Amino acid sequence: MYEIVVIGTSWGGLNALSRVVAGLPATFALPLVVVQHRSPDTVGFLAELLQSHTSLSVVEVDDKHPIAAGHVYVAPANYHLLIEQGFFSLTTDAPVRYSRPSIDVTFVSAADAYGRRTVGVVLTGANEDGALGLKRIADRGGYAIVQDPETAEGAAMPRAALRSVPKARVVPLDRIASHLIAIAPPRPPAEHRVRAPLA
Amino acid sequence: MRVPATDPSTTGRRQEDRAGVALGTRLSTSASAGAPLSYDPDLERLEIELLLEAIYRHYGFDFRSYAYASIRRRLWRRIETEGLTTVSSLQDRLLHEPAMMEKVLLDLSINVTAMFRDPTFYLAFRQRVVPLLRTYPFIRIWHAGCSTGEEVYSMAILLEEEGLYERARIYATDINEVVVHRARAGIFPLERMQEYTENYIRAGGARSFSEYYVAKYDGALFSPALQRNVVFSQHNLVTDRSFAEFNVILCRNVLIYFDRELQTRVHGLFHESLVHLGILCLGAKETLRLSKYESSYEELSRDEKIYRKVR
Repeated sequence: MYEIVVIGTSWGGLNALSRVVAGLPATFALPLVVVQHRSPDTVGFLAELLQSHTSLSVVEVDDKHPIAAGHVYVAPANYHLLIEQGFFSLTTDAPVRYSRPSIDVTFVSAADAYGRRTVGVVLTGANEDGALGLKRIADRGGYAIVQDPETAEGAAMPRAALRSVPKARVVPLDRIASHLIAIAPPRPPAEHRVRAPLA
Repeated sequence: MRVPATDPSTTGRRQEDRAGVALGTRLSTSASAGAPLSYDPDLERLEIELLLEAIYRHYGFDFRSYAYASIRRRLWRRIETEGLTTVSSLQDRLLHEPAMMEKVLLDLSINVTAMFRDPTFYLAFRQRVVPLLRTYPFIRIWHAGCSTGEEVYSMAILLEEEGLYERARIYATDINEVVVHRARAGIFPLERMQEYTENYIRAGGARSFSEYYVAKYDGALFSPALQRNVVFSQHNLVTDRSFAEFNVILCRNVLIYFDRELQTRVHGLFHESLVHLGILCLGAKETLRLSKYESSYEELSRDEKIYRKVR
């Protein structure tokens, strides 16, 4: 049973993410964590944009924010987003491959904290971030999904992810939301139902 | 809309995380095995807890209440850089080789900083906090977790320009003696001055930033006059008590490295160290909303995490 979805994207990500979250119902039973590369000082903009496309609650993550279903969590600009069991931690450690937030850093922490209960999704992008992290998710027994490069504005990132995880499930952009719905549990796992967000 | 894939403020090589390579090593090792890693998260947590306990009991540095995912990431970077494969093997090395402990101490305690980091914070400080500070005859400021001092000099410059520096005293502390020593020297990399100048302007700076330093070799030496009301010293937020009453406490992007329990303790320390109506400044993504001190403060700036103690 999956418990968390982590999504990484870069170039073309605003459009792709908008399409994905727009396709998810308010009852979607998994927390969705989004790492989108962007300029260090675009405070709040991405969360507002995504909120306009979804009835899930979109939150730009503060340090130690609890993780609960029914939410889309956006990694803040200029921090790495680390996932722990049930909550987030932020760090200002140096950029990895010029990126902060780094998709690899978040994916690795998700794989270490949630293991095979993790779903990793690599969307459009013009670099190779996410490939190592997706491999860690797959190595830990989690589920790896890659946007079909043919449907990506930036094919480099999904291609790199596929080289790193050849067995990843390839899904066209317009099918990713329905695919996530299909693999999600019917309702939130118990531990997430009781752990309501504090903010 | 164009979305840069890189962080333009920190693309310098010095800033790049060379241990990103180490992450790759760890993964490729597992890949060559051709099977899922035999990874036991409970065992790893036990190893890390034992290592932190060993560091505390043998060397006296207490990282036991640091944020776990962050500690784990930093430890693994060291483990891979040293060509080791387990947390326990690092424990063996650092207990028997003090030089290894020094490396790990730097791994665990160094935080990233920049002059006028998050310029919008300094702008908000000028607009919201400075008018309040003008009402005090004397201003005590504690900069907790000052790292190598860039943000302390930034505050000194801001206060100087607002005509408040003469009546201010800044107590700048960090757990790490090495970085406190560097902060006292006041020399920062010359190649970052362009970035810092841009930050300074966006922070509301009205002079020429180059007035404040002289270029020496590859360093920018900041005017010693900026240090005349600064006291740099070593202080440990985990174990040390309050040492004065303050009008302002700045502690930005330090508490994110602590776990919730330690964060609460440090918030208690700050609360008892602030005067009534004293100002608390946190990092952009740190919040009092998740702490039990939320009701003790009012928000002066929601976005910039500037609070005022009201009870």
